[in-house]
Amino acid sequence: MKLAVCAQEESLAAEVDQRFGRCPCFVVVDSESGEMINSICNVHAEAAGGAGPQCAQLLAESGVEAVALGNVGPKAATALEAAKIMIYTGVEGTVENTVQRFNEGKLSPVSQATVSAHSGLRGKR
Amino acid sequence: MNIVVASGKGGTGKTTVAVNLALALDQEKTQLLDCDVEEPNAHLFLKPVFDKSREVGIPVPAINLAQCSFCGRCSEVCAFNALAVLKNQVMVFEELCHGCGGCAYLCPERAITERHRPIGIVESGKAGKLDYGHGRLNPGEAMSPPLINAVKKMSNPEKITIIDAPPGTSCPVVSAVKGCDYCVLVTEPTPFGLNDLDLAFQMVNKLDIPAGAVINRSDLGDGKVEEYCQIKNLPLLQKIPFDRALAELYACGEPVVLHRSAWRNRFRELFTSIAERQKEVVRWRNI
Repeated sequence: MKLAVCAQEESLAAEVDQRFGRCPCFVVVDSESGEMINSICNVHAEAAGGAGPQCAQLLAESGVEAVALGNVGPKAATALEAAKIMIYTGVEGTVENTVQRFNEGKLSPVSQATVSAHSGLRGKR
Repeated sequence: MNIVVASGKGGTGKTTVAVNLALALDQEKTQLLDCDVEEPNAHLFLKPVFDKSREVGIPVPAINLAQCSFCGRCSEVCAFNALAVLKNQVMVFEELCHGCGGCAYLCPERAITERHRPIGIVESGKAGKLDYGHGRLNPGEAMSPPLINAVKKMSNPEKITIIDAPPGTSCPVVSAVKGCDYCVLVTEPTPFGLNDLDLAFQMVNKLDIPAGAVINRSDLGDGKVEEYCQIKNLPLLQKIPFDRALAELYACGEPVVLHRSAWRNRFRELFTSIAERQKEVVRWRNI
């Protein structure tokens, strides 16, 4: 499965980022092999508003099937659902760790927002 | 002439100044527009009779999916991220849309039409002989600038128009202040008052609008605001000392100029100093 992980840098060894729309980048991995396919720089991280849905669009354009994140806001969750991208929450440590924990079933699927709108702008990590 | 009463900090006395200034002038030649559309309150003091009310909205995109090729152009051109284009779906986040019309204009498939989305109402009428108007933003609505602009459109060029601005220095305030002839910055002699006066003064300078300060409750704080006015060459138009009678009347929804002639004179003096400053500015600009 093509899994995108919200990360602070574009590598498997990078620390994850708890935010979705405001994370610096997405590391896209093949969850079965654990290998990195590519990374997507989040050009919307500094947007005044609407970063979440734009990120959903970015991931959809890359054919991502699931996203691993810490928190997701209401607009992003709606857009991810519309794009048929599954949402898994509970990222911690590195991207590599997170993929491993995803494969062990330790991330929880969610279908709704975990935080209110604009939470990612409040400096949470 | 449009005089806007603004302040960086909330609760400094914008409405007190705006209402009393308007009432101290010749009512037949004056108009007051309350542009704090999120919480208009000048009407509480003026008790106007409204005879006009009209809905204000902005155009937002409506997508005809049968015609859409999902090319993503609309999402690409939207400056406010109000559109997300997915495989076979276009999501419109109306609350982010500023109604610029760019997406509809640039859609290569002509798949976007525009729909009117109401954001609030403008009401106008008379408070005695004074022309009065304000806007009321719908609850939960964030997009206030188009409504503020609609209130400002009621400005009558043949009158002295006093505009009561929202507090702060963000988009709604910029909308209220932009294009006015003079800005009165109401502040208080406290650290918060000073900090926010500085922000507000920076804003009006960016907008290139001449400004002067009014220090409310001037005898209750420190001297830092006055110092600031001197250093920054910001004209200090008036100091309003704390007066319990004013506070008591305010709490009853009564403008002080209608009850105390000394205060009426003060606000007339305020207008005179604004007019004089304005004259200086105009002269300076014409050199």
